[in-house]
Amino acid sequence: MTRIVYEFTESLRIAFAQIRANKLRSVLTALGVIIGIVAVTLMGTAINGIDIGFQNSLAMLGEDVLYVQKWPWHNVDDWWNYQNRPPFRVEMADALNRIIDTTPNSLLAVAVPVAGRGGSVKAGENSVSGVSIIGTTADYSRIVTAEVATGRLFNEIESTAGRPVCVLGSSVADSLFPGRPALDQTVQIRGQNLLVIGVLAKQGDFLGIQSFDNQMLLPLNALRKSFGSRIGIELRVKAKDKTKLAAATEELIGAMRRVRGQLPGERDNFSVNQQEVFKAQLDPIKSVIAIAGLFITGLALFVGAIGIMNITFVSVKERTKEIGTRKALGARRRTILLQFLIEAVSICLIGGAAGLAITYATCLAIQHAMPALPVEFSVALILISMVVSIATGIVSGFAPAWGASRLDPVVALRYE
Amino acid sequence: MISPVAPAVGSRVVRPPGELVIEIEGVTKLYKMGAEIIHALRGISLQIRRNEYLAVMGPSGSGKSTLMNMLGCLDTPTAGRYDFTGKNVAHMIDDELAEIRNREIGFVFQTFNLLPRSDALHNVELPLIYAGVPPHVRHERAMQALANVGLGDRVHHRPNELSGGQRQRVAIARALVNHPSILLADEPTGNLDSKTGVEIMALFEQLYEEGHTIIVVTHEEDIARHARRVVRLRDGLIESDGPVD
Repeated sequence: MTRIVYEFTESLRIAFAQIRANKLRSVLTALGVIIGIVAVTLMGTAINGIDIGFQNSLAMLGEDVLYVQKWPWHNVDDWWNYQNRPPFRVEMADALNRIIDTTPNSLLAVAVPVAGRGGSVKAGENSVSGVSIIGTTADYSRIVTAEVATGRLFNEIESTAGRPVCVLGSSVADSLFPGRPALDQTVQIRGQNLLVIGVLAKQGDFLGIQSFDNQMLLPLNALRKSFGSRIGIELRVKAKDKTKLAAATEELIGAMRRVRGQLPGERDNFSVNQQEVFKAQLDPIKSVIAIAGLFITGLALFVGAIGIMNITFVSVKERTKEIGTRKALGARRRTILLQFLIEAVSICLIGGAAGLAITYATCLAIQHAMPALPVEFSVALILISMVVSIATGIVSGFAPAWGASRLDPVVALRYE
Repeated sequence: MISPVAPAVGSRVVRPPGELVIEIEGVTKLYKMGAEIIHALRGISLQIRRNEYLAVMGPSGSGKSTLMNMLGCLDTPTAGRYDFTGKNVAHMIDDELAEIRNREIGFVFQTFNLLPRSDALHNVELPLIYAGVPPHVRHERAMQALANVGLGDRVHHRPNELSGGQRQRVAIARALVNHPSILLADEPTGNLDSKTGVEIMALFEQLYEEGHTIIVVTHEEDIARHARRVVRLRDGLIESDGPVD
């Protein structure tokens, strides 16, 4: 048993001496593997990044929040069935909350009315357009995970009274008040003055999904003063347990039908949406990246494997006499097989490590140049690329190594 | 029964032969070269005992190399019996032969066959690696073997930093490091100038006197004369077998 350990270390030693002696040749041979590993790891970082970026955005919106709206988030062919659905009113949120409170073991926590509009916000000379202006109640803080950097969110009294106060997202605050605190300043929407009572912590942006940074929160009743009392609202309902979202959705539909006074057999005149739909929309993007990545990886590794196989054949040919000598000195078939396999695997591992280094550097560069683009390097990627490298080495080195191990020592010794 | 009982030439030492190491009986070897069948050995019987110093001679095509490969367990006979220290090696498979070569036979080649990128020490350690000897032991034994051939101060030199004679000494140290039953040398002076050749043959003489069993395959009469017994081959048969006169 110890013998195989000695043979293994001897093989490693030979492999590295061999690679050192043929540096250029080894590097050129490893190129295919390098490209393959870069492709597979970059693909991995991109997919990782999309997942993580999306998870962050979802976490911001609240993964456990159900959206009660007029339209479903998937495409519908019979739009006329949805067009004339009745609008939602603030009182419905109160009615829903009463039902939730009186239902034993309810899976729902709280319902909040939300109205949103895109619009511009001004402060003196400065103005920001395309801000999502969100009117809601004080309960809003219970369904989102927003962190307040300075100041506070509005309370129930301000909410009910529709006091002219607001909370700004970080980029809105930065644009309106560059280089100075926004707290206690005044901003305007449609001519209405609002006192800034809080600024949200910076959150980051992902693939254009709206983030808190570009938002402004104010009491729903204050929003109505600017945009009119007929502004459409939706209800957001937080579930208690995000692993039981399906059951929570069922409960919510039942409660909502009671609020709406719908008769049995009547079709729902509202839709309950959840963020799973967003996730499903990302899957095709991820598939495209994965398919393209796998194709490039497969191709590069295939070319790389042929290169390694070729160079191992050359190496066996060049060292036929050495193989004969080793056999004469007592090397067994296994020993020779191991020696050339390890040589092939070593070249692949060096290629794999170089590929990883390139990917890592690329990731750092991307993060530096485009912070918004999600890339995520991980330990799993290192493991995957090492496994892929070793597998490539074994697959491509096996045929020549096997041939070398079967060489007749008499023939090998005579070879010049 | 043939044994080298010749009287010492000059002051040459002749050691009494010991037990049987190699016993070959009726060995033949056929090669296929395309459609042609070549009879390299046509029926050879030979006994070699411990403490012998044997030269195998013959012109090219006489079967000399084939016999050497056979004796060195690099090849197996087509027919006939071959016992090595009582073990029948005629029907052994590759890895079993490798084991015998590793433990029982020390090879010295005409072209030295050292690993070019390894120093003398590592070259000498190689058979011990294949024998599974732990690192510190094989280091020690390789150092000793190199010292025995007068290269104690050259252990970290690579082959290209050594002269031809020194290289062959490294090869001899490598052949002896695992204490084999026989030392099998194939034209050991073929790649050396005559002066260095004489030195190497003097080393063989010394090794013989120390108790090693040596077989030298050569086509040079001068070299064969160093041995105590000469086997001459012609056309795949033994032409003569007797003490050196």
